[in-house]
Amino acid sequence: MPDFMVGDKAYEVDEDGFLQQPDLWNKEVAEAMAKTEGVEELTEDHWKVVNFLRDYYVEYQVAPMIRKLCKSTGFKLNKIYELFPSGPAKGACKIAGLPKPTGCV
Amino acid sequence: MAEPSFDSMDYYKKDELLEVDHKPPRTSWMKTPVEFRPGTWIYPTKAKHLEYLGMPNPRDWSPTDEDWKLPDNWQEIIFNGMRERLDKYRSFKVFMDICVRCGACADKCHFFIGGGDPKNMPVLRAELIRSVYRKDFTTAGKLLGRMVGARKLTYDVIKEWFYYFYQCTECRRCSVFCPYGIDTAEITMMGRELLHELGLGVNWAMEPVANCFRTGNHLGIRPHGLKDTLEFFAEDIEEATGISIDIPMNKKGAEVLFITPSGDFLADPGTYTCMGYMALFHEIGLDYTWSTYASEGGNFGLFTSHEMIKRLNAKMYAEAKRLGVKWILGGECGHMWRVVNQYMDTMNGPADFLEVPKSPITGTVFENAKSTKMVHIMEFIADLIKHGKLKLDASRNDHLKVTFHDSCNPARSMGILEEPRYVLKHVCNNFYEMPENTIREQTFCCGGGAGLGTDENMEMRLRGGLPRGSAVKHVQDKYGVNTLATMCAIDRATLQTVCDYWAPGVGVSGITEMVANAMIMKGEKKRKLNFRLEPVWGDPDEDEEG
Repeated sequence: MPDFMVGDKAYEVDEDGFLQQPDLWNKEVAEAMAKTEGVEELTEDHWKVVNFLRDYYVEYQVAPMIRKLCKSTGFKLNKIYELFPSGPAKGACKIAGLPKPTGCV
Repeated sequence: MAEPSFDSMDYYKKDELLEVDHKPPRTSWMKTPVEFRPGTWIYPTKAKHLEYLGMPNPRDWSPTDEDWKLPDNWQEIIFNGMRERLDKYRSFKVFMDICVRCGACADKCHFFIGGGDPKNMPVLRAELIRSVYRKDFTTAGKLLGRMVGARKLTYDVIKEWFYYFYQCTECRRCSVFCPYGIDTAEITMMGRELLHELGLGVNWAMEPVANCFRTGNHLGIRPHGLKDTLEFFAEDIEEATGISIDIPMNKKGAEVLFITPSGDFLADPGTYTCMGYMALFHEIGLDYTWSTYASEGGNFGLFTSHEMIKRLNAKMYAEAKRLGVKWILGGECGHMWRVVNQYMDTMNGPADFLEVPKSPITGTVFENAKSTKMVHIMEFIADLIKHGKLKLDASRNDHLKVTFHDSCNPARSMGILEEPRYVLKHVCNNFYEMPENTIREQTFCCGGGAGLGTDENMEMRLRGGLPRGSAVKHVQDKYGVNTLATMCAIDRATLQTVCDYWAPGVGVSGITEMVANAMIMKGEKKRKLNFRLEPVWGDPDEDEEG
């Protein structure tokens, strides 16, 4: 599996760049990953999304429904796409260190 | 915006994809090696999932590596694996022997139609394994070799198997046209079983399998997560209808256990269909329960091995027994119904601790489900409508012009063709069929079933989706169709991409979602919002969501 480098620290990621050990996630990883997803700087609105995803993941060990993300943050889907050009799953979830959902999705 | 990458549909130009060359290459098929081009293959299973499942040879590797890190005795493993399966499954032996290579199946595969690779002609895809069978298991093949289409099992053959057995969605459209009735999906299944003996599989199928084994569903949703999700749906139902509904979970002694694919708990538009089930069951007062243990209707074991089908399917029946229900109602899933209808009975059956399903609302006894004790939600709803048990206002769906995609497995493995149409015609006024060679038992696959519906496989998904997408485009142009209804979670996930690419402007919907929108519920408030919470019926100026 490839590594994602933050400074001199290596983090294992999958082929799509999702963190393989979500527990190792931290703010620096989020900031570095954001740059690879077309987000130059994580603003307060970005953090609102990332923190919600992170908290949800810590509690439930999976990613939330996109609808739940929208309702809980108060952001409509197009706003999420404005914040994260690669979308809620491949963008926001990846930056928040969540694994990629698989199955009939 | 950054340039789209190969896992995005924007990367592929329509006119380039449409230039399909169906001419075979100049070299003979045995001498044409496989090329792993990005967009046409799927990431391999991560070691941790194989380890979790106790499957052979867990390691991280990539198909583009020269060395696939196979066990030293890989040839022996395949030989023994084939011999074991030829003895065990009479069908496999028959399918190896009886094909006369007439070619009736050749142009029936969506991947061959949209891709032109001759190894995606079902006859040739089967030859990839049949040629090895001839060499090792038939006298003629042992003596005459290539003259009779036999070939030696080499490393390249394994690579070819991995590529092409994951370019088959096990949809069985080709089988409909085979004069011998060869079930090509079962050949792919055997191919995949053998590959798994060497630790070769795809993560898009195996992570869900591992999740399902661990948590009860493909997505890895745990009990408190499922509860939170269903409560979220109940809130939205209340917002739309003003009605507060109960969420029975793990309820012992309930009459019916309800099981649906877990995609409906996460991904739109399946989530709206899930809300539809909940609203419907509330309205008719069904004594039912969700389960946090059997929280998956789908069974990605079907895309893995017979052993895995059995391991995952067993949970449904174990849970039905534990809860003491009378029978099981199954949701809008595709491949689940192949497992239930064709394998369950001999794998984990007979489920003689359950009763022959009888609708508590209409009294109808579902004789067809006598052995499996599982009823399909469309049979159940069609029966409710037939007995006048639902108050429906089809005009609530008048903004939709609807066509119906028969999902491969309910259509071809179960023959459930009329019920969904009967239901749709009662819940919407604008229904249009796609051309007859693309529906019912001849239905075209979404291009992403059997573990293929992942984004790194985007080129193959778009190519495989071409026949279905073209048929949708046809009714879109002719009748203004804007909605593709379908009763399978993989379809709901993959067909939106197919429509966005080949018939932009068409949205995907589950059927129960449409039923719930048309259903006049007792005590409902003046409806403005549909189950997507879109203000489709109200005056938009009045709407507070605006």
